[in-house]
Amino acid sequence: MQNILTKEINTTNLPDSNGRFGEFGGSYIPPQLQTVMDEVTKEYENIVQDPVFLEELSSLQRHYVGRPSPVYHAKRLSEAVGGAQIYLKREDLNHTGAHKINHCIGEVLLAKKMGKKKVIAETGAGQHGVALATAAALLGLECDIYMGEVDIKKEAPNVSRMKILGAQVIEVTRGTKTLKDAVDAAFEAYLEDPDTQIYCIGSVVGPHPFPMMVRDFQSVVGIEAKAQIQELAGRLPEAVVACVGGGSNAMGIFSAFLEDSEVTLYGVEPAGKGLDTPDHAATITKGSVGILHGFKSFLLQDESGEALPVYSIASGLDYPGVGPQHSYLKTIGRVNYDSATDHEAVEAFYGLSRMEGIIPALESSHAVAHAIKLAKTMKKDEIILVNLSGRGDKDIDYVLEHYPLVEYEPTGKGNGFEEFLSHIKKQ
Amino acid sequence: MNDRIQNAFSNGKAFIPFVTCADPDISLTEELVLAMVDSGADLVELGLPFSDPIAEGPVIQQADERALASGFKIHDLFTLIERLRNHTQIPLVCMTYLNPVYRYQKDRFLMSAKQAGLDGMIIPDLPYEEQGEIKGSCKTHEIKLISMISPTSRERIITVSKNSEGFLYCVSSLGVTGMRASLTDNAKEMVELAKAHSNTPCAVGFGIHTPEQAHLIASYADGIIVGSAIMNIIAEKGSESVQPVSRYVQQMKQAIMV
Repeated sequence: MQNILTKEINTTNLPDSNGRFGEFGGSYIPPQLQTVMDEVTKEYENIVQDPVFLEELSSLQRHYVGRPSPVYHAKRLSEAVGGAQIYLKREDLNHTGAHKINHCIGEVLLAKKMGKKKVIAETGAGQHGVALATAAALLGLECDIYMGEVDIKKEAPNVSRMKILGAQVIEVTRGTKTLKDAVDAAFEAYLEDPDTQIYCIGSVVGPHPFPMMVRDFQSVVGIEAKAQIQELAGRLPEAVVACVGGGSNAMGIFSAFLEDSEVTLYGVEPAGKGLDTPDHAATITKGSVGILHGFKSFLLQDESGEALPVYSIASGLDYPGVGPQHSYLKTIGRVNYDSATDHEAVEAFYGLSRMEGIIPALESSHAVAHAIKLAKTMKKDEIILVNLSGRGDKDIDYVLEHYPLVEYEPTGKGNGFEEFLSHIKKQ
Repeated sequence: MNDRIQNAFSNGKAFIPFVTCADPDISLTEELVLAMVDSGADLVELGLPFSDPIAEGPVIQQADERALASGFKIHDLFTLIERLRNHTQIPLVCMTYLNPVYRYQKDRFLMSAKQAGLDGMIIPDLPYEEQGEIKGSCKTHEIKLISMISPTSRERIITVSKNSEGFLYCVSSLGVTGMRASLTDNAKEMVELAKAHSNTPCAVGFGIHTPEQAHLIASYADGIIVGSAIMNIIAEKGSESVQPVSRYVQQMKQAIMV
């Protein structure tokens, strides 16, 4: 496979001291918040040099989260697709069922070191909220989660989880009443009291140092996966694929491969009901450069610079912005950004469930969908590594209700994969 | 050049009201500004509505939402300023988040704003460190870029003060905009520190709503900025808000003169 490098890239040592990835990132926040962020940056830079902190983090990753998560060769799926070999980095097997716990434990440990009493965050589908509430319970801190009214109604089980874990779920009723507004509300709460609490943002977004910090805490995914695939296959993969909403799981796995120019990286954005409709959240594919929530990056915005309402079947990808490092990696041509529609994601959701007995999160299903497309164009001895960022338990009822299998009776004959997929109800 | 902003601080302490453009509609904003000028305002801050204003409390957030729902577009700001300039030479400063300016193209924005008669810009999500983004363009179009300082940033207070122009927007307390029952003494220290390092007038904002608070702060600051208290009257009275807002402005101006 051809690699896509067209320019000499500088992917190491980013961001710079101003939190810049090229022109992206930075810190666009009111002065009263800037001082607070400076303090977080300083403290973060200290703790990453601190062997005691690193030992505590690594011990929790191993004994609490269950790391390292395995890399698994999806042989039946690869066979059914008929192309490259698909391997899965099983972040769905982490405690709480997704990659989010990786940075939440890091952030809550940091909060504790800084002497904070409380952690606060926004959540969309509730995955980040649950992971943060979990880490807060584990480490004995209070936890406030800001969540849009619309999302609270949609994601009742996760709201219950957070409450059981001891977090306070605060309903956000402003604006679109979804993730974007929950971020606004969490920022405001942080501004009100930056002394006793700390904002643990849910992805590689926000002002410096969040995009760096969350990426660093997620980089364990890539470091493990790289060693594991080399052990399993004896070499690096041709391609690495991850879904991109804010982009935390993708930065986690990409970060280990950025310097390996022979590995092509693919970020998969949610194309929703189609890129030619307003109902998608494909920020890099369709957006333009803008500034929201304290950082500069690609943004889906109208002509007045207002963030557009966005949509995806996967609530965790439903954000009008994207991590600044992704915008940088797009601009320098290091990562290919493509997209998958709701329907393609649902096909992958069923496909992986039926072929491998793994029910993926709808978010991660976007990555699987793209891997399936890609595999068909590649040779059988080539390798695609997919970051399976979360499990799909939260999505099962929704999928069965909206995408039931129509007139499907397995015959048990031949390669029924494509035939099976054709029975998923079209919207 | 006739520096209207400087004029605002030349007759004793300045009273600086803030009003969100187009809440509930743009013609009321015009009426309100003219009424506030007649009632003693020395400089007026025009807020550009934005859907994700991370430094604003609920009162101004909701004003922004109403303004956007009324169909406000950026060029309406320039039309408003032009119309105001037919009646008044009061200094006008636009308070906006960075993205609308960036999206509109900063030079296009600033040129249109200057032609209409704007004097300055306050951009709360543009900290001093990121001012390079727009400073050159402001200079070209002769629009003052007003810097903000807050009590938590001692070193920054000094650096920002030394490089300030127009006036310094001193954020009185932590948190977002909105009315507060009590204000801390941090603002005084901050203003004194800023004044020790620059001659730029210092106006204090965030949380001020009573004449007593204004009077106290005016003992050490050059101006008082009030937003949420005014927007609260507008939220309650809508098209009937011109008179109560005028009375409030008179009362506040009175409080800082004595």
